[in-house]
Amino acid sequence: MLFGLDFPPVSHLVEWPAIWGSGALAINKVVLEMFLTAVLVIAFFMIAGRRRALVPTGAQNVAEAAIEFVQDGIIMQTMGPDGLRYTPYLLTLFTFILTANLIGLVPGIQMPAMARYATPLFMAVMTYLIYNVVAIVKQGPLKYLRGVMFMPGVPKAMYVLLTPIEFFTVFLIQPFSLSLRLFANLLAGHLILVTFAVLTTALWEATKVGFVLPFALLVALTGFELLVAFLQAYIFTILSAVYIGRAMHPEH
Amino acid sequence: MLLHLLAPLHFFATQDSGELLKGLTAVGRGIVYGGAAIGPGIGIGIVVGNAITAMARQPEAAGMVRTTMFLGIAFTEALALFGFVLAFIISG
Repeated sequence: MLFGLDFPPVSHLVEWPAIWGSGALAINKVVLEMFLTAVLVIAFFMIAGRRRALVPTGAQNVAEAAIEFVQDGIIMQTMGPDGLRYTPYLLTLFTFILTANLIGLVPGIQMPAMARYATPLFMAVMTYLIYNVVAIVKQGPLKYLRGVMFMPGVPKAMYVLLTPIEFFTVFLIQPFSLSLRLFANLLAGHLILVTFAVLTTALWEATKVGFVLPFALLVALTGFELLVAFLQAYIFTILSAVYIGRAMHPEH
Repeated sequence: MLLHLLAPLHFFATQDSGELLKGLTAVGRGIVYGGAAIGPGIGIGIVVGNAITAMARQPEAAGMVRTTMFLGIAFTEALALFGFVLAFIISG
């Protein structure tokens, strides 16, 4: 109860009953959203790549803009030209997160799939595995570990402090901070939208007129969440690129 | 002074402990998130402010500065989000 308003507990806002199956393999609303996202992204690129016209039109135009954005805006800025091999992975990450976030904002669905921690965590673990494997293959395990724990160009005495920090950051905290950023941003956005939706319904029931103000804010915040949806997809992708790039080219 | 501050605690201790736990949990959540938001708030301000200065001085480098700015924001913001998640994990 807050100002006489019955605010639902957080667990009611993000947990959905299973539609089919039970336990860990149950299919609920969030899982359906992820399936829909995957189908949409795959279908979009299939349609875009079906007829490769020299002068792109329609879907091909959008797909080429997305690829260009990932290549020029993300990979070239952080990994350099030899990072272009990772375009498929990073493009998949970017389009999947962006589409999932946008679907989560559609009125009537309004539940971002990334607001359940398992979704971003899985993608972060994938990035974690990729950058560790790339570093071990490119640098060799011992050199990789030395590069992480004893970063060059630092006074010797600083290693007492830096070695444990760097070790835990790279091997333990990085996947969590990468996924938590996406998760917490979307959960926070979801909660803010729910707050104003609850206010709107409460004021509609009580006064019929007073709902205008929270409803206007609800619409404005949905617009703001569109920005967050794009920004978080961008940040997740660019950080994945930075981590993989660091594994490819260690600091000398 | 300290006694005056602790007086409400004595009052609460005589109340129903379930209610007390709930109230203290809510207070704890507020303090955790509020505290976690201070540092990153200042940090993001510094990052963006300096990025704007850099862009104003060298508009031709704006693209590169913007990419780095978003990276800096993302790293700084993570701390506030840890606090946000921790606030939910705390339960009475």
